[in-house]
Amino acid sequence: MDPTIIARIQFGITTVYHFFFVPLTLGLSVLVAIMETQYVRTGKSIYKDMTQFWGKLFVINFAMGVVTGIVQEFQFGMNWSEYSRFVGDIFGAPLAIEALLAFFLESTFLGLWIFGWDKLSKGVHALAIWLVAFGSNVSALWILIANSFMQEPMGYEIQNGRAVMTDFGALITNPNVWVQFPHTVLAGFTTGAFFVLGISAYHLLHRRDEEVFRSSFKLAAVFGLISVVLLVVNGHAQAQEMVRSQPMKMAAAEALFQSEDPAGLSLITITDLSQRKEIFSFRIPGFLSFLAYNRFSGEVKGIHDLQSELSQKYGEDNYIPPVIVTYWSFRTMVGSGFLMAALALLAVFIAYKKSFIPKPWIWKVFLWAIALPYLANTTGWLMTELGRAPWVVYGLMKIRDAVSPTVGAGSMLISLIGFGVIYALLMAADIYLLRKFAKAGITAEKDNISDGQVPSFIGTTG
Amino acid sequence: MNLNILWFVLIAVLYLGYFLLEGFDFGVGILLPFLSKDKDPQRIDLNRRVILNTIGPHWDGNEVWLITAGGATFAAFPHWYATLFSGFYLALFLLLLALIIRGVAFEFRSKDENPRWRVMWDWAIFVGSLVPAFLLGVTFANMVRGVPIDANMNYVGTFFDLLNPYALIGGLVTLVTFTFYGALFLSLKTTGEIRQAARKAATRIWRWAVLAQVLFLGAGFIATDTVERAGTIGVIIPLVGIIALLFSSYFFSRDKEGWAFVMAACSVALYLITTFVALYPRVLVSSLNDAWSLTIKNAASSPYTLRIMSIVALIFVPIVLAYQGWTYWVFRKRIEHKPEELTY
Repeated sequence: MDPTIIARIQFGITTVYHFFFVPLTLGLSVLVAIMETQYVRTGKSIYKDMTQFWGKLFVINFAMGVVTGIVQEFQFGMNWSEYSRFVGDIFGAPLAIEALLAFFLESTFLGLWIFGWDKLSKGVHALAIWLVAFGSNVSALWILIANSFMQEPMGYEIQNGRAVMTDFGALITNPNVWVQFPHTVLAGFTTGAFFVLGISAYHLLHRRDEEVFRSSFKLAAVFGLISVVLLVVNGHAQAQEMVRSQPMKMAAAEALFQSEDPAGLSLITITDLSQRKEIFSFRIPGFLSFLAYNRFSGEVKGIHDLQSELSQKYGEDNYIPPVIVTYWSFRTMVGSGFLMAALALLAVFIAYKKSFIPKPWIWKVFLWAIALPYLANTTGWLMTELGRAPWVVYGLMKIRDAVSPTVGAGSMLISLIGFGVIYALLMAADIYLLRKFAKAGITAEKDNISDGQVPSFIGTTG
Repeated sequence: MNLNILWFVLIAVLYLGYFLLEGFDFGVGILLPFLSKDKDPQRIDLNRRVILNTIGPHWDGNEVWLITAGGATFAAFPHWYATLFSGFYLALFLLLLALIIRGVAFEFRSKDENPRWRVMWDWAIFVGSLVPAFLLGVTFANMVRGVPIDANMNYVGTFFDLLNPYALIGGLVTLVTFTFYGALFLSLKTTGEIRQAARKAATRIWRWAVLAQVLFLGAGFIATDTVERAGTIGVIIPLVGIIALLFSSYFFSRDKEGWAFVMAACSVALYLITTFVALYPRVLVSSLNDAWSLTIKNAASSPYTLRIMSIVALIFVPIVLAYQGWTYWVFRKRIEHKPEELTY
């Protein structure tokens, strides 16, 4: 088997898996920090209950994010050594800065937060979780600065076949960073909000700890609505950046084979299996032009035109990414986004209109809606990374040239299977614990302690 | 000082931070099953929780030193990062698996009452501490001894080339020294029977640590070019490290646990410094042709990148040290057998 394929599968699996945990960390850390701040300000025990309940789930999720993150840091060197040599001068710097500025901050202060309930003053304890939240989100900035170089290389020059950094500022001011970073962070906030909404809805459905979960629901509803609205607006800006910097990705995401002016936005397009021809398509006229240029006219280039353009520019090759995956990933992400916007609006309505008593099925919808941000996060990255194919660094290095030349297919297969098996087992353990603590609620846990059992969660003595 | 040398030193400092901090928490993980023994299963569980809570607030922050060292190697010496990580592929894969199950185990273990659940994660902590403690020594020994690296900086050996006698002794050095170091940490951080057990373990293990380090020093004369290149300094530093171990044992027998711990830390530090002294100015030695070795020159990033990274590192490393140091101050108290005070 071709080592490049195994390396790609492994990267895909480990990255998607890692990114299952990251967005929740980004969002839930901020929500828990807000809850604890309210506790510090008001001294009301309800906010402490909230902080501890959601903090417990946060910690379980965080551990998974950390350990899967180590693999991310190391596998560039393991499987993609040619890539590492080529971009190390540029790509390594933000990675190292991320560790130095962000990883230390979040890990150290999370340790303080988990273990420090009765060792720190209330204010310092709340500050610790704010630093965790800050650290997590700063880490997103630096890793996306690194990723943006792969999407839209800037601030470099090629010397002796390697990309060498010439302008650190250009790396940071890369326009791709400033659409992708807000998008990722807002997606994280939205994930946190829907996680809290869903689990709160479950308890409100069963009428347990209603005060705590009503309050959680309200906070998450407002936080979620603001985040998701900004997310959609920012998504529009990101699409325009994509049309400008990687037109082929947009063409694939829209399954637009022939250039159009004005271009229609695809509602559904079926292609043949070669992924080169449209069989059936329904498009809203002019809307793709609008997405690209904010007006209802303007040419959006199609796959075939771009293929010949890129072949002229970079030499004969296949420059078409996997169209079906890119197309459906884009649809799933955007569809989930709009659905979440609608649900967030409904959540705010429920939270503020006291006279409105939701039917049980409405609560259940929120419980199931926890899946939506995960779906959107995953498909968003699939589209971003697969849609860049055949490039690993756009315009500079192709995926097949990036792989480690002397790591055999056998070694790669061993690690692929090893990570796969361990990750599957850990996912089972993680979901088991999250479900257990999410379902247990607050009073159930407190009863446990009064029975004289060993408390098994954070902050029981604070 | 030129920036290539500065970064060689900074990376040594990052690994030093890692070995000094995670060294004892690996030791604690390795000792977990041995120091928690009791007839009463509930007491065993309580003992284990006490042991885990000594490193609970710290292990994650300690591990970041490794991640940062990896990231800094990528940034400052991309070829070192690329050759080492692709070349030592399966060893690193095992290291990663171990660190994954270990990290999760700390967080998950005490969150369920089921004894089988807990035993499973206790195993994960034990294996997840033992394997890295050994592999780190194997890796560093191989870096100095030399591995088959071709003219294009690619590793052309196999996994089994890494398991040569010198590297295996190197693995024993870190494994046993960390275990001793962890036992001293536990005797400082616990009370009652666990403290007694930890003290007993420390008095038993220290001689093995000395033996391993002496053996490693001796084997180094045969397997490496340290003496030819670094001269007597390449012998003096590890010798002082061994003497530090002897002092550690001396202080320990005089009930000066704090000093014993400091001396063990010195020994760990000197072991690591020896490695970097033996390497310099190379970062990865080729056993095929010395001209093919990776050095601080041919493996490095551009001066511009090194300058940017230097500014960032010189500002933030001291800040990190300050707040991490503070956490050790916050959690300076010994952990007692009081379930209501245990978090893990």
